[in-house]
Amino acid sequence: MNAKSFLTAMFLCLPAPASTQGFAGLGTNANGFAIPQQGTFLSFPADHGSHPNFRIEWWYLTANLKGDDDLEYGVQWTLFRTALRPGSEDGWSSPQLWMGHAGLTTPNHQFFAERLARGGIGQAGVTADPFMAWIDNWEMTTVGPTLQQLNLKASGADFAYELDMSTQGQQLVLHGDNGYSVKSAGGQASYYYSQPHYQITGTLSLPHGPVAVVGQGWLDREWSSQPLAEDQSGWDWFSLSFDSGDKLMGFVLRGASADFTSGSWISADGTVTALQPGDFQALALKHSNVSGRSIPTEWKITLPAKELSVVIQAVNKQSWMGTSFPYWEGPVTISGSHTGRGYLEMTGYE
Amino acid sequence: MADWEMTDNTLLQIRNVSKCYSGLGESRAVLRDVSLDLQAGKSIALTGESGSGKSTLLHLVGALDYYDSGEIKIAGTNLTNLNDSARSELRRNTVSLVFQQFNLVPSLNVAQNISLHARLANRVDQTWITSLTSRLGLTELSDRYPEQLSGGQQQRVAIGRALAVRPKLLLADEPTGNLDEVTSTAVMDLMLNLVHESGAALFLVTHSVQVANQLDRRVHLSAGKIA
Amino acid sequence: MKRAALGALLSHWWRHPLQLITLLTGLALATGLWSAVQAINGEAKASYNLATSEIGARQNETLVPKTGFIPLSRYVELRRSGWRLSPVLEGRWPQNTGSLRLIGVDLLSHPTFSNMVENSDSESSFSLDALSSQEQLFLNPKTLEQLTVHVDLPPIVQSDQIPIDVALGDISLVERLLQRPGQITRMIILPEQPLGLHPLEDLAPELQRQSYDAGQMSRLTDSFHLNLTAFGLLSFAVGLFIVHGSVSLGIEQRRGLFRTLRAMGVPLHLLTVLLLCELLLIAIVAGSAGLVLGYLIAAALLPDVSATLSGLYGATVEGSLNLRPGWLISGIAMAVVGTLIASTQAITNIYKMPLLATPGLQARAQAASSQQYGMAVLGLALMAFGTASMLVFDGLIAGFALLAGMMLGTALMLPLLLSWVLTLGLRNARSALGEWIWADMRAQLPGISLALMALLLALATNIGVGTMVSSFRLTFLGWMDQRLSAELYVTAKDEDQAQKLVLWLTRRDITVLPIRWSEVPFHGTKLRIYGVQDDPTYREKWPMLQVQNGAWDRVSNGTAVMINEQLARRRNLWPGDDLNLTPSWKMTVVGVYSDYGNPHEQAIVTLPVLLRHADNVPNLRFGLRLPPSGVQNLIKEIQQESDFEGITMVDQNDLKARSLAVFDRTFVVTGALNLLTLGVAGFAILTSLLTLWNMRLPQLAPIWALGITRRQLAWLELWRSLALAALTALLALPLGLLLAWLLLSVINVEAFGWKLPMYIFPLDWLRLLVMALVAAAIAAAIPARKLALIKPSELLKVFAHER
Ligand SMILES: Nc1ncnc2c1ncn2[C@@H]1O[C@H](COP(=O)(O)OP(=O)(O)OP(=O)(O)O)[C@@H](O)[C@H]1O
Ligand SMILES: [Mg+2]
Repeated sequence: MNAKSFLTAMFLCLPAPASTQGFAGLGTNANGFAIPQQGTFLSFPADHGSHPNFRIEWWYLTANLKGDDDLEYGVQWTLFRTALRPGSEDGWSSPQLWMGHAGLTTPNHQFFAERLARGGIGQAGVTADPFMAWIDNWEMTTVGPTLQQLNLKASGADFAYELDMSTQGQQLVLHGDNGYSVKSAGGQASYYYSQPHYQITGTLSLPHGPVAVVGQGWLDREWSSQPLAEDQSGWDWFSLSFDSGDKLMGFVLRGASADFTSGSWISADGTVTALQPGDFQALALKHSNVSGRSIPTEWKITLPAKELSVVIQAVNKQSWMGTSFPYWEGPVTISGSHTGRGYLEMTGYE
Repeated sequence: MADWEMTDNTLLQIRNVSKCYSGLGESRAVLRDVSLDLQAGKSIALTGESGSGKSTLLHLVGALDYYDSGEIKIAGTNLTNLNDSARSELRRNTVSLVFQQFNLVPSLNVAQNISLHARLANRVDQTWITSLTSRLGLTELSDRYPEQLSGGQQQRVAIGRALAVRPKLLLADEPTGNLDEVTSTAVMDLMLNLVHESGAALFLVTHSVQVANQLDRRVHLSAGKIA
Repeated sequence: MKRAALGALLSHWWRHPLQLITLLTGLALATGLWSAVQAINGEAKASYNLATSEIGARQNETLVPKTGFIPLSRYVELRRSGWRLSPVLEGRWPQNTGSLRLIGVDLLSHPTFSNMVENSDSESSFSLDALSSQEQLFLNPKTLEQLTVHVDLPPIVQSDQIPIDVALGDISLVERLLQRPGQITRMIILPEQPLGLHPLEDLAPELQRQSYDAGQMSRLTDSFHLNLTAFGLLSFAVGLFIVHGSVSLGIEQRRGLFRTLRAMGVPLHLLTVLLLCELLLIAIVAGSAGLVLGYLIAAALLPDVSATLSGLYGATVEGSLNLRPGWLISGIAMAVVGTLIASTQAITNIYKMPLLATPGLQARAQAASSQQYGMAVLGLALMAFGTASMLVFDGLIAGFALLAGMMLGTALMLPLLLSWVLTLGLRNARSALGEWIWADMRAQLPGISLALMALLLALATNIGVGTMVSSFRLTFLGWMDQRLSAELYVTAKDEDQAQKLVLWLTRRDITVLPIRWSEVPFHGTKLRIYGVQDDPTYREKWPMLQVQNGAWDRVSNGTAVMINEQLARRRNLWPGDDLNLTPSWKMTVVGVYSDYGNPHEQAIVTLPVLLRHADNVPNLRFGLRLPPSGVQNLIKEIQQESDFEGITMVDQNDLKARSLAVFDRTFVVTGALNLLTLGVAGFAILTSLLTLWNMRLPQLAPIWALGITRRQLAWLELWRSLALAALTALLALPLGLLLAWLLLSVINVEAFGWKLPMYIFPLDWLRLLVMALVAAAIAAAIPARKLALIKPSELLKVFAHER
């Protein structure tokens, strides 16, 4: 097993050991990691920072952008944290590992880059107040009140971007039960909140020159120690912003026997409704050959409670992130009962 | 050139051929306006003083050298402006040469030397070669190498090699020039007989009036001109 | 047609087997020597790759501090500015049985770590646990065998991919084992970098970029391999002279055949292609034979080469030879290309050959003479070029350029020089026979000059390299007397024992000189700093090259430093200059001492100063001063003391003998190649004379007809060959001395960092002259014998064939 496959295993969120559930009540699992507890109140800004006692965590930003050349673009900026052991230590012996992914989708090309870093030495990390998340020279930095205004930077060998993001003071969206988001019928869960209301201006640097862009961004924060159940092979995750002002986050965790779906409806006025398992339905309509695999790039989404029935289409069917742990991630367009734009992430397709 | 035409069985046509050797600042005409015809199966004896241009003419006909003006046609092929591979093909398939000095391959034995040209032309007729070898009295000597042969024997090998390919035209430049008179006569008689048998036309350079008289025609070259 | 024509062409070789054998042998020898050198170089390179690789990261550039180490914060800053770097911490890790090179890398960012450990023996070698405990150390199984006692070792994973004497682990573990937290030795610059970076020179001016190849080991050993390669090329060139000779002869003799074939209608281009095919066939056959030969030579020489490399540079090369496909291909390619080069002239001649006329002999002689002038001019140009490159550039390459220019230049001028000498002889000839001999020698010259050039090169190399080695040896002997001044050298097992020993010795009134040193990072390599205790031994005996007044006083009061010649020359530091030993430790240089047999930079300070600036300075080795007669007794006494079990002792004479043995072994390879080259040159003369033999009969026949006996002719033949060889040897002498000077004062300085005085060894020259004459005599003996026994009829044929 080499470093690459090791990381893949890491970030694929290895199925948690069977014994985990037995310890669930104690708040830690067999390896000493903390596990999410229902009824915990998230506290900010502290929870914007990292939680080294949990096994995995991410700061995940996706953005649907329109260029001054009238083309659709998508941008992804992600910082993953994973811990070999719970706790933080200074220096090389820190058990914390960091991974950054930057993606830039154009209608016909996918740019991506990856960064890896050891914790404990300052090469990567997250501070809560003032908020800053970084790995190498990729940064997500607060420039005003925490998470209200952010500056975002990343660069790879053939692309770079810098975006300014701001909200009009909208509240954070806490998914599930006040941020406690269940991920399987067996009770695996994570802490999960979002800020889906960013307005964005910025510049993309592409091989043929800079492109000025405007658009919307969606920040997800999630941490846990065991989000997938043993039989779950991957997920399809949707963040959709409708022209009506409503937003929908929904995901499907694909299981061997049954899929587990969940999500949140965020209405234009800001009220959040947690969806019950099964409310949100996603049906793959068309598959594309991407990097030698068959991956669904067109979906039918239904949410009967909101009389929603839409078709989701990839802006670029080849939005493949060929990183050490490869997956599909890219902007989508929405048509049907509602219209709009959004982002789609699909993992675990072999 | 349109001003001359080829009669049906004319094998070799030489028209107004001139040739100069230039060197050391001066240019010397060796052949001047030479014209000559040779019919298939016929023979011509070319005589003339030393230095009159006989060998030069023979070389031109053998496509070994280039003339300055005029035209030579062999079996309908015009030699003017012919490239090296076409000239090579002509030499391989149509013309054979026997020179004054023995041009045998020292590293091949008698049998190999005799069949060499035929093998190069890909036209090996083993019966013909066997009979040729025995007619030339070389059967016993087949395994010998040229350095182990006398002058007359060597020249018989050269004649055998030239005829083994059954050329349409045999060019011979004083083939007996290096031999004593008795041997010379014997070799020459043998050659004329064999040429006759093979049906080849013969263009022979010789000093000997006696030999010249045995051929169909005799042409005398004097200072590069046909007398 | 092709088959018949090719058969006719090849029949020549059938009829002249000796000629074919010469051609094949020449080519096989050339290829053989060349590929032997290549095999040795390849093997050594592969060994260094393994030894210095940390793991294939060698293609990448690295960033090293000018002195000291890189603090971890620097690494993080540079990463935060976007540069993709990977940190490496390296140090010596003391073990009971010596020390290991301990290399720590960041498992996440290192470019090739995963490839390196993938093939390790156990399946779980690199698992989650490996990183979670970050506690595993990767070792070659052979290294592990040598570590007899495994106390306090972290969990070990065995892998063949790890070089011998290297331990590899995560940087977190290694910084703990080396007790160097937060330190980085160098940073690998990863191949792919993002857009929009600021230059490293601005971000980190205290660091310097270093391409891996400029790394210490390869820089040092490169010079050795360059030497070998130069030798290989030289023998290849000499071999090509043989090929040129035999191919030219083979073509010359077949002119008639070519003309006959052309007259029978084989096109010119086909003839050329067939000739090339023939040569290709010969090249492949000879090349294959050469590869076998090369393999055998390499296998025979490799043990000495590895001894040289470890003696001179401390580089380990495994003693066994591997067959590499690249080597096979390059050997055959070399044979083919060489054959083509050697026969270009002959082939072009054929291509240009008129169908009818043969150029007269006179014309050929004229061509040869104008060729002589042309070659001489080219030779002068080459010499000028070599000199110019020495003036304009410096460094090893310029040294070699000068060397090559001088050697080739002189070789090219040889024919003209010889022909002048012969003309002079001709003018002064008294008798008719004498006149003929001089004239005939001159006529022979174009045919044999290539072989004489080969002989000149071989002789000059022999003189040059021989002088260099002998001068070096003489200097080395004198230097050893000075440097190894203590009568007995002892090494204790541990510090405890060392203390007891010192006490015990002092009670016996024996002067104990501790030998203690520490290594600090220095311009991307390591600087070894010795701390000495002031003692008359140093003041009187230390081999100084340049020294200021009161230098040792200043060293012992802690204000100054002595440095070795290597350091002085490489950094251009001489007495009076300041030297930064570490960023915070600066001292004035007061003396430069010679330090042969060690390619590394070195400095001497007084012991207290060293201890103040460096920790981890073991105190185990001592030099003891006592009357030489007492040495054996002392050894016995120490051996009998039970406290002193495990102490190793070497007396001065032993040490000198051992050093000299290493020294001598170092130059075994050079000597062997030298001799082989001379052998090839002798063979070249033989082929040339055999070639000439056929062409010369027409010139000998008239002389024979005039009443000189065949025996006399044969003797003349022999003398002539000897005279030409002697003349060549005479010319080779100054060239060889020039070569020796270049090797001692230019190449050695570049390669090893020291300059040596030149000594002259006329007896060696005499020996070489005799060898050259013997080679020439043997070469001439065969044609001479042929001549003495020739049948008169053969000579008569000359007249018979005369037109
Ligand atoms: N290569 C050459 N360069 C210059 N002149 C040449 C050359 N070959 C032949 N000649 C000259 O051309 C003239 C004709 O030569 P050629 O060989 O054709 O004479 P020939 O009639 O065959 O004479 P012979 O009876 O002596 O063989 C002679 O004057 C000769 O000197
Ligand atoms: Mg003639």
